[in-house]
Amino acid sequence: MGKDKSIDQPFFVKDCVLIQIAEGVRAQNVRELRDRLQTVNPGCIDYHFWGGLLRPSFDDPEYANDFAAWARHGLHDNKLAERLGMIDPAEFADIELLRRELIDVLEERIDEGEYLTWAKPEQQFQFIRSQIVVFDTGRRLSRPAELVSAVPAMSVGSVYYHFVDARRRPPLRIDDFRAWLAGFGDEHAPLADALAGVDPYFNTLVELRDELARLTRLHLGEAA
Amino acid sequence: MSGFLDSYAAVAGEDVIRQLRQLSAPLRGLRVVHVNSTREGGGVAEILNKLIPFKRELGIDTRWEVINGDEVFFDCTKRFHNTLQGLPLDIAPALLRNYEEINAANAERLRPVLGDADIVFIHDPQPAALIRHFPQRKAKWVWRCHIDLSHPHRSTWNYLRGVVRTYDASIFSLADFAQVLPHPVYLIAPSIDPLGDKNVELDPAEIDAECAQFMIDRQRPLMLQVSRFDRFKDPLGVIHAYRLVKEFVPAVQLVLAGGGASDDPEGAAVLAEVRAAADNDADIHVLCLPADAHRTINALQRAADVVLQKSTREGFGLTVTEAMWKGRPVIGGDTGGIRLQIVNHHTGFLVSTPQGAALRARYLLRNHGRLDEMGRQARQFVRENFLITRHLREYLTLMLGLTRGAGDRLELG
Repeated sequence: MGKDKSIDQPFFVKDCVLIQIAEGVRAQNVRELRDRLQTVNPGCIDYHFWGGLLRPSFDDPEYANDFAAWARHGLHDNKLAERLGMIDPAEFADIELLRRELIDVLEERIDEGEYLTWAKPEQQFQFIRSQIVVFDTGRRLSRPAELVSAVPAMSVGSVYYHFVDARRRPPLRIDDFRAWLAGFGDEHAPLADALAGVDPYFNTLVELRDELARLTRLHLGEAA
Repeated sequence: MSGFLDSYAAVAGEDVIRQLRQLSAPLRGLRVVHVNSTREGGGVAEILNKLIPFKRELGIDTRWEVINGDEVFFDCTKRFHNTLQGLPLDIAPALLRNYEEINAANAERLRPVLGDADIVFIHDPQPAALIRHFPQRKAKWVWRCHIDLSHPHRSTWNYLRGVVRTYDASIFSLADFAQVLPHPVYLIAPSIDPLGDKNVELDPAEIDAECAQFMIDRQRPLMLQVSRFDRFKDPLGVIHAYRLVKEFVPAVQLVLAGGGASDDPEGAAVLAEVRAAADNDADIHVLCLPADAHRTINALQRAADVVLQKSTREGFGLTVTEAMWKGRPVIGGDTGGIRLQIVNHHTGFLVSTPQGAALRARYLLRNHGRLDEMGRQARQFVRENFLITRHLREYLTLMLGLTRGAGDRLELG
């Protein structure tokens, strides 16, 4: 667990891997997407918001979740894509509230009464969930300055676990680095503020690791 | 652990190898068996040839068994393959009976190994019915489907679904291929081995020598498709595309390089069709290569200016991955796993017709700067997503999930 509050507690560097599981549930238009969302495994909603960072992608994602990307590229419905793209899953206390928000946005779009667009059969929305396996790397950090060398050496799985996955873990719902730094009082508040300003959604995990490394070096380089 | 894994660190990254070691620690000593229908030829055998030594290196007791079959059996399983990929044909009941009998005989032969395993991976339809002969099994059985099952002929799928529904899990290469089954359906894309003979860096002199033995002129542009002689790979469409290109680039040459797999009885017939279509054109080289001609294929892919994989159905298309790893953009059929690899206009082009393939080939042959840039992006995309280290990681993750009781989240240690 990377979020030990006491300075007596080291930062446990963990790693994670994720594997996709297809639900065999598909949607070809907005109504079908809305209907499927009413009952689909909550893990699917989780995955389609958070899981994209750990799967093959070519360039910077245009949208921060799979629903928005499908609305744009499968349905060619830009209005819907823009609205779905601005949903921040970290704002919702649990997955059922997030599910409700998604359904509300879809129903609002359906109510606008424009004709129903269909995705091509090969571009249907495929509901996927994931299984995540978290394991301890055995690495421990006892001082924030150690982040300067530790972060660039982390796997992308560690970056995902500590910086992305941590945001959906109660009770703090913030990344593990900031949670740990808070245990040191205000000393590292500038670094914590800088980390809070990193938007994880629009980078690959390799780019995200580079950015975290840059910030830790900038703020802790001298101490290290 | 040995230098075997360390050698991959230079290609995939230290963090990737460290992760594999940590992830596999709880699986050490586990007895795992893979079963398929051929030791050589085709993508499945090639993947197993790479994955199994890797698993052993990580301390997992892994075996590879191959089922035996007669001509009628492989005729039936080829029909499985074709109809599961959409060909609308029904399979005669006599063929299905023989399929079941061959599986029963193989089950008896393999009983000591499969009965003693902790996890059994069954690859594709050929050995799928083995499971019927292990009703009291203690192992977790996983069916690994390498086929494009997006539009199966219903009667074949209904039959096969009756068999595979009894498995504990299944694996498909893409979400598009996944069918509804009463167990977890995992998604794992295949991979290539960057240090194997087919993908390792080659000396330019070796590339020249390989081309020389087939009378390929290295001073002239070269189009290449590497694949089994199979109608779904559309070799005749490739010849059509080459002839369209030839009108604009008279110096162009075409190599169609492939071989048969021992479980593919149609290969010879398709090869004859290809030779007839080539019509003694001295610039079309139809090469029927042995299954172990990995360095030759490697050299041809590195010698090619334009690589095609104009399949009309494709489970994944490892030849696409191989060419991309060598910095070649690929012109591929807009189907199956090719879509996962070719990011249109970035790592290659997706096409639907011989005309489309010809158009993109002309473009790349005239724009060498663009060809090089797309090739660079293609190699990077493979490095991040389709190397064997990623493939192995996902297998290990699945095995942990299966053996530890799979919730959505599993915390080890």
